[in-house]
Amino acid sequence: MTYKNQLINRFAVLSVAFIGLSACAAPPEGGGTNDPYERVNRASHEVNKGVDTVVLRPASQVYGKVVPNPIRRSISNAAANLDEPRSIVNHIAQGDLQDAGHTFFRFLVNSTIGVFGLFDPATGDFGLEQRHTGFGDTLATWGVREGAYLELPFLGPSNERDSVGLIVDIVANPLSAIVSDSSDVQVATSVPSGLNSRFEFSDTIDSLLYDSEDSYAQLRLFYTESRRFALGEQSSAEDGVDPFDDLFEGVYGGLYEDF
Amino acid sequence: MKISKMNRRRVLLTGASSVIAFGLSPAFALTEAEATKLINSVVNDINRAINSGKRGNALFRDFESIFNSYADVPTISRAILGPPARSASSGQLRAFSKSLTGYLSRKYGKRFRQFVGGEVQVTGARAVRNFQEVRGVVRAPGYAPFDVSFVVSDRSGKDKFFDLLIEGISLLKAERSEIGAVLDRVGGNIDKLTEELKRLG
Repeated sequence: MTYKNQLINRFAVLSVAFIGLSACAAPPEGGGTNDPYERVNRASHEVNKGVDTVVLRPASQVYGKVVPNPIRRSISNAAANLDEPRSIVNHIAQGDLQDAGHTFFRFLVNSTIGVFGLFDPATGDFGLEQRHTGFGDTLATWGVREGAYLELPFLGPSNERDSVGLIVDIVANPLSAIVSDSSDVQVATSVPSGLNSRFEFSDTIDSLLYDSEDSYAQLRLFYTESRRFALGEQSSAEDGVDPFDDLFEGVYGGLYEDF
Repeated sequence: MKISKMNRRRVLLTGASSVIAFGLSPAFALTEAEATKLINSVVNDINRAINSGKRGNALFRDFESIFNSYADVPTISRAILGPPARSASSGQLRAFSKSLTGYLSRKYGKRFRQFVGGEVQVTGARAVRNFQEVRGVVRAPGYAPFDVSFVVSDRSGKDKFFDLLIEGISLLKAERSEIGAVLDRVGGNIDKLTEELKRLG
């Protein structure tokens, strides 16, 4: 594919993404669960669970037990390092120049002293810990609401805003502007990095997916709440609209008011 | 002369009002300092339990006793049970509470068990609505630090926490959804739910 074609392709995907965004379902006011596509979501949850049972979980167990921890860590570090240019661009887009600078120096240190990101001296020796962000976060700071909850087949929990963010993150990766043909390296590191996460958090993920009475509802709650928390949109029972009112139709909110 | 009289009156008035305020203090929301003190004790006990070298049921029993001494168990039980709590008898509620604390201790004890060698550190507190949110960080070898918050209230008559937020995820909400699903499965029968919880977690 020629470079021009590639650009046109990317532009097309981006346009579709933005059209999708403007058609977001009604936003959840104050933070309840907005899940109009629950039936479809539950179907893809079953697909994802099946993929985890058959592929992801066993593969991660083999990877985790066969490959020594320092090597796994280095590969995960390298994968994370390749994500940093995207974080820098998004921090700038969010108007957060401090985090952009922080992440820029982190990327510089880890790409040089850290040998192409295999090691992470930035966190240990320079106090430059990871401040990861993506286009979903950028959309949030631009005031785009999260929209309906979505569980994407093979990709897991998301929402309308984050799905657009994900597409943009994949299609418009600034790394490819720095290094051509970077996508092979990125795939080669991000797949084992994903397996490593599945391995390291296997207790938590296993318990969520396989021990839970309703793993779909738990995953939805975990995703939604931790995203809002990460974006600083919600914290426990903050003032304003009670986030608990919507979810439990006042029962929980009422109990919180008892305190 | 006149001025000093005024001053005296003002001093007396101020004194009187502070006595009133002091006398009424239980009616005022608990302070950040009080809430932080409670959570510091909780956190010390958790740190001790994680690093005690205990495993399995012995460790879960430690977590259960921490939970029983510092958490507002009756309120948590009612919040998790939801509307069915209203029609339940006090005996049913007590039995449910007991089996709930066991379930929660096993389930969350397993999570905290991963953080051997780590510790929870309290970082601050702030007033939210009628209660205090005490924030902390969990640092453990091999894991990225993550945030926990304890939501504390004194409405039960004692300073107790009634919710735990891990990276913003509310234990109360998660368990309300989870246990609600179990309750649906057993046809809304609280006694059956209580039995179920004894083997879950």
